[in-house]
Amino acid sequence: MSTVEKKNREPMILMSKRGELLPAWKAWGIRVIAFLLSLVVSGIVIISVSGLNPAAVFATMLDGAVGTGKRIWVTIRDAMTLLCIAVGLAPAFKMRFWNIGAEGQILVGGIASAACMIYLKSLPTVVLLLLMIVVSMIAGGIWGFLPGMFKARWNTNETLFTLMMNYIAIQLTSYFVAMWENPFGSNSVGVINSQGKQGWLPNLLSPGFNKDYGWNVIIVLAVTLVMYLYMNHSKHGYEIAVIGDSENTARYAGIRVNRAYVRTIVLSGAICGLAGFVAVSGASHTISTSTAGGRGFTAIIVAWLAQFNSVVMIIFSFLLVFLQKGAQAIASAYNLSQEVSEMITGIILFFLLGSEFFVNYTVRFNGRRSNK
Amino acid sequence: MLTQDQLLALINSAIAFGTVIMLGAVGEILIEKAGNLNLGIPGIMFLGGIGGMIAAFYYELNGGASPVVGLLLSFGCSILFSALGGLIYAFLTITLRANQNVTGLTLTIFGGGVANFFGASLNTLAGGVGQISVPVTSSAYIAYTKLGYLGTIGKLLFAHGFMAYLAIALAILARHFLMRTRTGLNLRAVGENPGTADAAGINVTRYKYLAIIVGSAVAGLGGLFYTMDYIKGTWANDGTIEGLGWLAVALVIFATWKPISAVWGSYLFGFVYWAYLYIPGLSRKTLELFKMLPYVITLIVLIIVSLRKKRENQPPASLGLSYFREER
Repeated sequence: MSTVEKKNREPMILMSKRGELLPAWKAWGIRVIAFLLSLVVSGIVIISVSGLNPAAVFATMLDGAVGTGKRIWVTIRDAMTLLCIAVGLAPAFKMRFWNIGAEGQILVGGIASAACMIYLKSLPTVVLLLLMIVVSMIAGGIWGFLPGMFKARWNTNETLFTLMMNYIAIQLTSYFVAMWENPFGSNSVGVINSQGKQGWLPNLLSPGFNKDYGWNVIIVLAVTLVMYLYMNHSKHGYEIAVIGDSENTARYAGIRVNRAYVRTIVLSGAICGLAGFVAVSGASHTISTSTAGGRGFTAIIVAWLAQFNSVVMIIFSFLLVFLQKGAQAIASAYNLSQEVSEMITGIILFFLLGSEFFVNYTVRFNGRRSNK
Repeated sequence: MLTQDQLLALINSAIAFGTVIMLGAVGEILIEKAGNLNLGIPGIMFLGGIGGMIAAFYYELNGGASPVVGLLLSFGCSILFSALGGLIYAFLTITLRANQNVTGLTLTIFGGGVANFFGASLNTLAGGVGQISVPVTSSAYIAYTKLGYLGTIGKLLFAHGFMAYLAIALAILARHFLMRTRTGLNLRAVGENPGTADAAGINVTRYKYLAIIVGSAVAGLGGLFYTMDYIKGTWANDGTIEGLGWLAVALVIFATWKPISAVWGSYLFGFVYWAYLYIPGLSRKTLELFKMLPYVITLIVLIIVSLRKKRENQPPASLGLSYFREER
């Protein structure tokens, strides 16, 4: 990449949009090359700061992400949560509605789930779980509705609106953490219902809890499938695609754009709220300001890079979580900081973002050989 | 009611808090005026903070004992780090035409990762243990003149590290540059309508690159001020800088893209942020709701701006869009 950067500064370079779309295998080839390059760069970074042997580092990563049955399940679990958020964000982004408020929508969904677990634990398990799903989706939906309504009505900038909603949600979470603090003075909610396990998603393959995360997989894949059908085979999905391409065309075709905006962002928020449920009920069983943990932002990049294609989103979610788990394993094995995973994620995403240019544009070196 | 001392303490913490986000906001205003919405500001501030920290840490580790040298090294390194962060963003969004929002968010993730990684690992990498701390360098940032001891007025106006004044100076400079110079006018033209600017013979690419790199360097100073002055030359992996960075992005809206408004806006944010300490009988729960205020206020300003549609208060017209001559 750096060589191209240098060359671009010379006037002899011509860049133009590709006349026809690149065949899929070539486009994916470019992305794979970019990914491999990013791994090389991350490897160089890790080795230069830590002086470790690359092969040993890779083995540690592999072990950290998929080394034991438990670790495989945790990797799957976290990939599913990330996927759920990305699936939720995709419709909004496809419509060019910049919902960067997933963090907030996850948190309010999480708060709603935790509230049910705390106050309604006497309900039968199935009822409680279904209620939690509904309530968390409503909470996330409300968090999406506000910016959507203002965007539709007064064209208020949704990027900045949703960004502010994140922080309002974070403070709201701190408020509830202080309210539900357990034990007193710990400044955390602790594991909710650790005795009776009310409101915990149970194991799918065996009795008990926390051995497998099969239900997380089923819930998220179901949502992914439904959203795939919604986006590709429904009138609403078609409207979203048209609005995303050109709002004016959509208006001219008689699509009620404002209504579509509000509807889609509420849906987007609701699915992110559901991701909050999955994170609380299906993974951490607690609520804190780190329940979203930046995944609302990472998921944007997943959805964007996958160009909202469901299958590609699944691949990217797994890829990112695998790398994060691997990097965390390196960090703990070699006594480095856990944040190395974010650094590596950043490097990889930079490369993937940059590679899209080479998919969509051609670069010609317009030297003496030109005009042949 | 507040005693005089309490009020003084509140105002001083508001100024310190405000300085961090003011620097971030002034940098972001420069970038946004060139038509780029940089959501990487938190990442840039992280980079600026850790850049200064790394320089100061290695200087003091190798026996450096001169606060002035530490100051110069950390200042230079901080600018270098944040400008590099800006360069990555500029290269991806301008030359490679990647989406600005997504690239910015990636920069935030990357910057936070780099900063917290080095913040937590510097000591380990250098063979030491425990918290990192750079007291010598930090003392140069915190120091103020004897005027700062002269009664209430002195404590109010002169008891701040030099960067608090630098921030105001930069804001005034930015305002002068944008509104009173030919180059500033050109920059605003690029942000409003790059196609027209291009036709008028303005080198859009160069303007955008320079605005982003300079703006990032300024924003990074916010992170430097935070590590060196605000938390006195230490490092904490608590993500505070990220929160402050988003607040700086919010402040740009609050100030409706005017550097001077960012000055008083930042102090107001600081005042609102710290006011809870001086309100009696606030429980921990309500305290958290109180901390919501800066964000709620920004949200209200954002809504009002969009309702009133006054032309001078609107964001630059081409904010967030890539420019590619052949695609007009």
